[in-house]
Amino acid sequence: MNDCCEGLRSSAVSRRGVLLGGASFAAWAYLPKFARAADGRDPRLVVIILRGALDGLATVAPLGDPDYAGLHGSIALTSNGPNAALPLNAFFALHPAMPEFARMYRENKAAVIHAVATSYRDRSHFDGQDVLESGFAGPGRVQSGWLNRALEGLPKGERVTGALAVGPTTPLVLRGAAPTVGWAPVALPQAAEDTAMRLVELYQHRDPALAAALKQGLALDKAAQGDDMRPKPGANGVGAMRLVARGAAKLMAADDGPRIGALAFDGWDTHANEGGPVGRLAQLLGGLDGALAEFETGLGPRWRDTVIVVATEFGRTARINGTQGTDHGTGTIALLAGGAVKGGRVIADWPGLKPNNLYQGRDLAPTTDLRAVMKGVLKDQFGLADKVLGESVFPDSGAVKPMQGLLA
Amino acid sequence: MARDSQAALVALNRFGLGARGGASGDFLNAASDPRGFVKAELARPSGVLLEVPGLQSTAALGKAVFDYQFGIQQARDAAAKAATPSAAEGQPPADAKIQRRNLSLNSIAMDMAPKEPASEAAKPAETRDAAMAPADAMRPNAPKPPPAPLNIIQKTFRAEALARLQRGVMADCGFIERLVAFWSNHFCISANKGGPARMWAGSFEREAIRPHVLGRFADMLKAVEQHPAMLFFLDNQQSLGPDSRAGKNRNRGLNENLAREILELHTLGVGGGYSQDDVTALANVITGWTYAGRLGRLGAPGTFVFNANAHQPGARRVMGKIYSAPDVTQGEAVLADLARHPSTAKFIATKFARHFVADDPPPALVARLADVFTRTDGELKALAMALVDSDDAWKAPLAKIRSPYEFLVASGRLLAQIPNDPGRYLGALNTLGQPLWSPAGPNGFADSNAAWAAPEGIKLRLDISAQIASRLADGVDPRDLLELVAADAASSETRKTIERAESRQQALALLLMSPEFQRR
Repeated sequence: MNDCCEGLRSSAVSRRGVLLGGASFAAWAYLPKFARAADGRDPRLVVIILRGALDGLATVAPLGDPDYAGLHGSIALTSNGPNAALPLNAFFALHPAMPEFARMYRENKAAVIHAVATSYRDRSHFDGQDVLESGFAGPGRVQSGWLNRALEGLPKGERVTGALAVGPTTPLVLRGAAPTVGWAPVALPQAAEDTAMRLVELYQHRDPALAAALKQGLALDKAAQGDDMRPKPGANGVGAMRLVARGAAKLMAADDGPRIGALAFDGWDTHANEGGPVGRLAQLLGGLDGALAEFETGLGPRWRDTVIVVATEFGRTARINGTQGTDHGTGTIALLAGGAVKGGRVIADWPGLKPNNLYQGRDLAPTTDLRAVMKGVLKDQFGLADKVLGESVFPDSGAVKPMQGLLA
Repeated sequence: MARDSQAALVALNRFGLGARGGASGDFLNAASDPRGFVKAELARPSGVLLEVPGLQSTAALGKAVFDYQFGIQQARDAAAKAATPSAAEGQPPADAKIQRRNLSLNSIAMDMAPKEPASEAAKPAETRDAAMAPADAMRPNAPKPPPAPLNIIQKTFRAEALARLQRGVMADCGFIERLVAFWSNHFCISANKGGPARMWAGSFEREAIRPHVLGRFADMLKAVEQHPAMLFFLDNQQSLGPDSRAGKNRNRGLNENLAREILELHTLGVGGGYSQDDVTALANVITGWTYAGRLGRLGAPGTFVFNANAHQPGARRVMGKIYSAPDVTQGEAVLADLARHPSTAKFIATKFARHFVADDPPPALVARLADVFTRTDGELKALAMALVDSDDAWKAPLAKIRSPYEFLVASGRLLAQIPNDPGRYLGALNTLGQPLWSPAGPNGFADSNAAWAAPEGIKLRLDISAQIASRLADGVDPRDLLELVAADAASSETRKTIERAESRQQALALLLMSPEFQRR
């Protein structure tokens, strides 16, 4: 299973085999590893949420799928040319803005789960994020997240210290009864450029006077700051991702530091001018890549026992829209990185991109429940029991079995 | 009665301080009876007074600030004696400097933030200073050095500010609070004038403005011009009649500042028919209007007193009429006549309509308000009622942008955050150019779109909205909040923009910046 996606193009059997293959690694995963601190293992888990619905097809591109290039059009990645995608296997290639993740993948310390989604099938960011973070099957006003409830599920002596919530507010995924500590590296995030652009758009339709004022104010602001393409340290955006990760890694590297952390990066809602190998999404992916590298460096010896899970609320349309972007879709990717990951694999029950295979004729069809991924990580990393995972961490999800063998 | 969402928007935004969130039902109530919703507050006149435990009278505050400043002066004198002669010179008053401390953009939204759960108790302090210093991250619970304790002036200002902000956030509609803010700005003082002004900024409004907001203009005028805060702000306590005993003894004389502003800004208005002679005459008339100082020679410290020794003797002609009373009643008679002057009616009516309806208000509305003002001899409740009863005030498009104060209070209302510390509001008001009770001049803060919809101001509002949203969006659904703000009066573009935002934070920031929230 060095390359779990070989031969995917042709056969349903091999598609199915991808997931089953993992089982062979996982015989010992039922042991509560977290309880075995005596063997020197001291696991860490970081959950990174990408808000705005990441284009999984642009990040880990199915170059081997004959329909990919046509659907993704001008922003499709290619296997050659000046900004060629980084090959992961014969079928999938990684966005060129992510060399660090590619290296981790080669070192078998990073993996991709493709065609994955939560149980949410509509297209609202808020509701999608609710489902992703709450761990419930549908959107609701739940005020606790699955990661916090996972913490609650640990024997009290093993919670070590409160989980780390990075950012000005605790992400929902980490809110709840179990203690958390907060840390925010950003003094005052300036309103993200994306927010400003959306507001300009609204004003242009509804309030021309405010549109003129805001545009001028933004221009003044840029002029005052000089090169507006340079990431502002401490501000939202690409530059901040490394900064956030660096601080979080230092906190979590400490002997008495938090074992579990959660953070969120904004800006993935690429409706227009998404860009291909270069452009807006490329910048964001570069920031994410840098953040992963910061965790690797900052966690030092702890990296060996670390898993970072990168997830997003849903994917984007398979076909690009009229403004060189993508709209709200369904299936997408999740990324795993860290020394504890059984990496070097793209795990996918690949549904294909033929019109009939697309979900609602638009989206990459989800074939893997994201909860199975999360459950698998929690089970292997912290020894949480299926019953706890199926009832309290992800309520009413007994039918969704933990994915096996994700960790080394 | 049928629901009228557009009228509800007018009721809440134009006349009030915006819909409250939570279960207030403000929008539905306003939609079912828009005018009734606005007027309901006027029917509860007790709601205009601000009596909060711990807030003291101007006299008590005056005594406290005089004693405080006396103590500082004594300490300075002692230090100057001990050190080189020049050491104590040229230092600005410590409080003015310290008041500006920490009022950065950085600290704005925290005030609106909900109480941190115990598990996050260490968070606010960390959040504030940890920027750019991941090394600090190693010690998430490291104690910060305690900030310097606030002095009596700072404490008082913050307590007064907090009381006003809390009232604004909690008021049913906010119409009365809007009226208070209007009259407070009309008869403004500036807390930046010095210690006593900062100390009295709140009590001035509580004592001279609020009791008369639904009463008579003439009474408000008298209360304002005899309030120690106004006398200090416009220097009348220094003005001596040249022929008075004090004037002769001290070889000092008239200061026309208060008299000029009474005519130009408080009553008749520029072009209201007064001349320089009228200014000088009125300045003479109100010589001796002062307040008792620390030693209380003229009366209880911090109270208004008429100092006959400083009063310019003799009759004066103001606006063509001779006033010959020998004492404080001379000036009171002038004020009473100025209050009912036709120029005053026109000036007030114009300003009132400009504040509530449009930068260039409908002339018919101004004429009707001026007529009500005149017919009722300056009954301000009747003036407010006439505004609410006017179809013009309901038909005009919501073209004015909320002032920074209105914007921030409306945000606090929508997010159901009753402030327990005024710091972030004060910081945000400074940032947005409307520092509380501290306009740049005696003409108060501008009341026009040009002033508040300026490019830098809008950009800063966006930053502040984003900051508020980053702290408060997690517990709310911006789509629900839009229903509370505007319901079906929301434009489809605003609705789509909010629904399509990529996160709750972004959606809330966009909602706070939407025309439905910014315009009134």
